[in-house]
Amino acid sequence: MTAGPSAYLDHASTTPARPEAVAAFVAEASLAGNPSSLHSSGRRARAVVEEAREALAAAVGARPAEVVWTSGGTEADNLAVKGVYWARRAQDPRRTKVLLSAVEHHAVLDCVDWLVAHEGARAVLLPVDAVGRTDLDALQRELGTGEDVALVALMWANNEVGTVQPVAEAAALAHAVGVPLHTDAVQAVGHVPVDFAACGADTLALSAHKFGGPVGAGALLVRRGTPLTPLQHGGGQELGVRSGTLDAAAAAATAAALTAAVGDLAAETTRLQQLRDRLLDGLLTAVPGVSLRGDQRRDPRHRLPGNVHVTVTGTQGDSLLYLLDAAGVECSTGSACQAGVPQPSHVLLAMGLPEEEAAGALRFSLGWNSTAADVDAALAAIAPAVERSRRAATSTRTARRRRAARTPGPVAS
Amino acid sequence: MRVLAAMSGGVDSAVAAARAVDAGHEVVGVHMALNRNPGTLRTGSRGCCTIEDSLDARRAADLLGIPFYVWDLSESFLEEVVEDFVAEYAAGRTPNPCVRCNERIKFAALLDKGIALGFDAVCTGHYARVEHRPDGTAELHRAADALKDQSYVLAVLDADQVAHAMFPLGDAPTKAQVRAEAERRGLPVANKPDSHDICFIPDGDTRGFLADKLGEDPGLVLDEAGAVVGRHTGTYGFTVGQRKGLGLDRPAADGRPRYVLSIEPVRRTVTVGPAERLSVQALTAVDPVWSSPVPVGPVEVAAQVRAHGDPVPAVAEMRDGEVRVRLRTPLTGVAPGQTVALYSATRVLGSATISATTPVDTPVGTLAAD
Repeated sequence: MTAGPSAYLDHASTTPARPEAVAAFVAEASLAGNPSSLHSSGRRARAVVEEAREALAAAVGARPAEVVWTSGGTEADNLAVKGVYWARRAQDPRRTKVLLSAVEHHAVLDCVDWLVAHEGARAVLLPVDAVGRTDLDALQRELGTGEDVALVALMWANNEVGTVQPVAEAAALAHAVGVPLHTDAVQAVGHVPVDFAACGADTLALSAHKFGGPVGAGALLVRRGTPLTPLQHGGGQELGVRSGTLDAAAAAATAAALTAAVGDLAAETTRLQQLRDRLLDGLLTAVPGVSLRGDQRRDPRHRLPGNVHVTVTGTQGDSLLYLLDAAGVECSTGSACQAGVPQPSHVLLAMGLPEEEAAGALRFSLGWNSTAADVDAALAAIAPAVERSRRAATSTRTARRRRAARTPGPVAS
Repeated sequence: MRVLAAMSGGVDSAVAAARAVDAGHEVVGVHMALNRNPGTLRTGSRGCCTIEDSLDARRAADLLGIPFYVWDLSESFLEEVVEDFVAEYAAGRTPNPCVRCNERIKFAALLDKGIALGFDAVCTGHYARVEHRPDGTAELHRAADALKDQSYVLAVLDADQVAHAMFPLGDAPTKAQVRAEAERRGLPVANKPDSHDICFIPDGDTRGFLADKLGEDPGLVLDEAGAVVGRHTGTYGFTVGQRKGLGLDRPAADGRPRYVLSIEPVRRTVTVGPAERLSVQALTAVDPVWSSPVPVGPVEVAAQVRAHGDPVPAVAEMRDGEVRVRLRTPLTGVAPGQTVALYSATRVLGSATISATTPVDTPVGTLAAD
């Protein structure tokens, strides 16, 4: 429906693979050798995996031995949440409480839901403030003596509104009572400085395709000594923590992408912030009723540099998505879908937004190949899209009222 | 034109969208999510609103090279169709949820939203024809394939809704031809079975669905003389003309089968009687909707009271905002709540919701239609 290429502003959903990652993947994918095999092809492939492990570890302040390769962020979150829960409960059966932020990604939320439904866990959702920052007083209160707590889960940065969470402070509170902390850093790694050693988290999930690596690859960083029960069993790879043939091509591509992302992080952050400000300021002036959600401070210590999350009063996210898509602008409502239907965002509701305001949410996310032209395309399309979407929302309400008046009365008998 | 193609995931709507594309329209496919908790084939759903149906619709749209979206209309559907369905049964009437869905969802909630978003028409896989007149008006007609004709469930559309409707299958000679066309186009849904059930009752158990919503509300089954001949757990489990599942204590004195003649939800009674008492010579219908000019004085029409029932010759007249219909050939099993569609030859004139019926042997002068 559009002439020319689309302006892709949905990098938080997935970002195209960086050229370095594609080159590394292609170089490895056609070669023989299972990294667990003992012959020379196997040794060669193993060396690729270990080199990638070292590069990945160096990029996030971890030791190579702390890296467990996974099939992506969701598996890493599952391994951390379920694996730590099982291991900690096995050590002490009183440890069934899981404390987690109300704005966690579904990869964490749904794991905990499952543990509640099947494994006797008790979940405590920690409230967030109006910008989506998790309440540390609530965390301290709920930790108590820590004797009945299996783990704390607190994401590094929120995938919808981009708010950076107080992970180091939360980890310090948890550690004070002997409780480990998992952080889902899927949106953070490669986008803001992440130092695993310094942050205090005991496990950290990352996903390659969020920073220009391949889809289907990721890792869990596991601090030495963290109790962890494996989810999948088989060949005993990754010290028995994660069985499954090691994917040398994916590991090499992941490391190449992350090395590139971290290598020019400072300059790229400045570039993205300028693009972000152009987009955000443009939205705020072009359209009445636009509100920035998440932390209002634009510093990357508080807000992901590529994230612009707004709500637009009187609109529906699905109408806006259609209208922007038709105008060649690709973005997201930011929240999870069921069969393609945007659901009201649990993040916005947890931040205290009324459902009606949460319905008109739009997330634009910039990435490594975003340009000023992408931003300008969005700014050109947004005002007419909002105007139409508002008309659509009004027409639906009017139609309902009109037809309600036609409902027949009771049977005459 | 910019056309919004409603794609259910079935073969008809996929071929309809394909024909709209062929006709040179700018087509966007939309699957309406009507259920907040959609079933899946794995969970045994037989309805037409499973997640698989949404995926089938998406694949068809991919193949046609058109954009595709899922729009959440579940709130409107719940209010306008599901709750209406339950309330109608609770009031002793027999609703047709597909008629309601066309009236209030496909050609209301969806159409209104589409028009507001810049579309000119909603395209569906219904078997019916829209004829556009030079003066700008649009007429709704029966489909070419009399066996598949679905104009009855569309008769509830007003002139404005018809003008914004597009039914590319109206000229299809047969359903088999539509399937063959889907096959030829490489649409993966070519051999998908037709859906027959009410989409929001995936296990097909309407009585169980209503019992869940309305609870047990026991009462008496009476014969025409008022004698108790059985008991029931809720009047909503019955439809006028129903013969099976009446749970009568004993057979009628004459040994002939008995049918539901009427339902009185306030007194919680169901009245049964012999087949000939089901014959109706006149009916009154409320809330008329006309896609043709509103008739002045009595007009000769063909009246149809069921989606796949034969039309009968009748005289219809508007009086006090209601439609009085005198049937020249009696009809049986006509239930309040049903839609009566009025035709002139192949053209749909309009429709209304039946509120009262007059049995054949009622003396002239007390006719509902008088």
